[in-house]
Amino acid sequence: MAASSDSPAVDLAAAMITTPASLQDWLVILPLIVPLTAGAILVMIRHSTHWHRPVAGLALAALFLLDLLLLRRVLTEGPVVMMMGSWLPPFGIAFTADLLGTTLATVSAFVALVATATAPPSINTAERRYGFYPFLMLLMTGVTGAFLTGDLFNLYVWFEVLLISSFGLLVLGSEKSQIDGTVKYGLLNLVATTLFLVATGLLYGALGTLNMADIAIKARAAGPDVPLGALAALFMLAFATKAAAFPVNFWLPASYHTPTATVSALFAGLLTKVGVYALLKTLVLLLGPSSAYLGTLLAFVAGATMLAGALGALASSDFRRMLGWLVVSGIGNMLVGAALVTGGALTGSIFYAVHSMLVMSALYLASGVVEARAATADLRKLGGFYAASPLFSLVVLALLFAVAGLPPFSGFWPKAILVDAAFAAGAPWLGAAVLVSGFLITLAVGRAWLYIFWRGGPEGTPDGTVALAGVRSFESNAQAVALIGPVVVLAVAVAVIGLLPAGLGAIAEGAASGLLDPAGFTARVLGVTP
Amino acid sequence: MEPWLSGLVGLFFAASLYMMLSKKIIRILLGVAMLGNGVNLLLFTAGRITRDVPPIMPLDAYAPPEGAANALPQALILTAIVISFSFLAFLLVLAFRAFQDLGTDDTDAMRVAEPLADPGPPRGY
Repeated sequence: MAASSDSPAVDLAAAMITTPASLQDWLVILPLIVPLTAGAILVMIRHSTHWHRPVAGLALAALFLLDLLLLRRVLTEGPVVMMMGSWLPPFGIAFTADLLGTTLATVSAFVALVATATAPPSINTAERRYGFYPFLMLLMTGVTGAFLTGDLFNLYVWFEVLLISSFGLLVLGSEKSQIDGTVKYGLLNLVATTLFLVATGLLYGALGTLNMADIAIKARAAGPDVPLGALAALFMLAFATKAAAFPVNFWLPASYHTPTATVSALFAGLLTKVGVYALLKTLVLLLGPSSAYLGTLLAFVAGATMLAGALGALASSDFRRMLGWLVVSGIGNMLVGAALVTGGALTGSIFYAVHSMLVMSALYLASGVVEARAATADLRKLGGFYAASPLFSLVVLALLFAVAGLPPFSGFWPKAILVDAAFAAGAPWLGAAVLVSGFLITLAVGRAWLYIFWRGGPEGTPDGTVALAGVRSFESNAQAVALIGPVVVLAVAVAVIGLLPAGLGAIAEGAASGLLDPAGFTARVLGVTP
Repeated sequence: MEPWLSGLVGLFFAASLYMMLSKKIIRILLGVAMLGNGVNLLLFTAGRITRDVPPIMPLDAYAPPEGAANALPQALILTAIVISFSFLAFLLVLAFRAFQDLGTDDTDAMRVAEPLADPGPPRGY
């Protein structure tokens, strides 16, 4: 943009921020630069596989630390903004770290760090050579970018970044079932993101802007001739597919159980929540009043998703596939906030999203431990794990309590908030759906625990006897620590949130009020309120 | 001009949806390719077609002249073309690999990840 020397002097201040960005503001973009750079380095050194884990581990630790610093800043000062290329908003891409995005980015970095820090044995040398760690870093780039960007088209680009990296991770290993799962996952997710692009293009045609804060203002000022309601429905369909809401959820149980346990854990912790985040952001923050008419439909979708997930979990004969249905059921709980659009319901949804990231990742990692020792995830062929390792069995029981929403673990509080909010908003049947799905999930996970852990051995073992033949011991202590360590760390986080919910509750409440009232967000980005 | 292009976008979408409803992966992928092109045309049309004044700013001005073409939709389309092309390439390779490994390109017959012969969970304790 530099003007040539003989041109008349141009006053750049009319179009650009002329003061250099302060070091503090770089905090918004650093969580993106770190994994992107690490991913690029890992691609360059792809043949030296022994370097992959240290580089990726260091980058993930740095990412988590940066996210924590950013979260602390957002908690004290409100949304933090950095303009790419120093263009004055609404031109140029704004990176806006608000409380919702920063919280979810921090938890996703934590989950990724814990899940991969201990050199999971399931990621063997061949998979490293095919690029597990580069894909992981690019996946984190996409997830963090989606959580922190303040530009709708830029959000689409980050969606595609995380989508292509997730394709790579999902098909890594090239088992027949993985290829089968990837075909369904890939096609349906690509159609969903294309639908998101359609909605974005039409919204640009209607409002002439892509900056989220600018959209929030212009959508509220737009006349009735602007078809924002139809656009909100398009966004809803696109993000509901990404989030795996009923009846567009079938790609998830078809694919999430096929890759290695670590990859499943990462997907369960990171991907569907990006869809929920984008749904909340577009429908509540951006198109608030125009999307209100979708509330009843979304409430039905939320209830149906919860129950479909719970029934799918009850009908599964495979532990890993059951976990996929539990992810779907959790998505139903997170949609309650988007359906009711009250402070309480949104608080519950955001709280539930954080809880679900931690607990579903932990459960997939636990399924990896079970598979490493028994070489199957079939409920009929498993058994005797309590006799083999009682402490690990109790940790898994705690995680299953959490996913069913039983106190004193992290799943109890968001469900309590959601039921309370549903009754307060005059939709008691939605509160009942939360409770009924919780009851069905308690049955499903209770049965799974009885089969895998409590009974003496696989199907056919007489009562009262213990048959440990099906449970191999670990190859080494190092393997035991690498497999069980991440499960324990995540279980501790789940228990701490369950016992001390006030901190996360306050953050979720702040994020919910930030969604409901765009004034603080737009004032920070553009300096005007709607 | 825009109404005609909108009709064309509609035709693209209808044809691609018809193809994507097929069971054969190759037809689905042809539908995906058409959908990508339809979306590019949609972005172009939604950004309004103005071709009389090029979007070039005079040296001493702070804004392009009145009625200048909008360059942003073309930047969006360029991004979308690159992305949809790379995804199509990936999915074509995946479809070929699926045909090699699973021996079929019929999505109804792809039941490795979710076997049909699943007897359901055990019913007693």
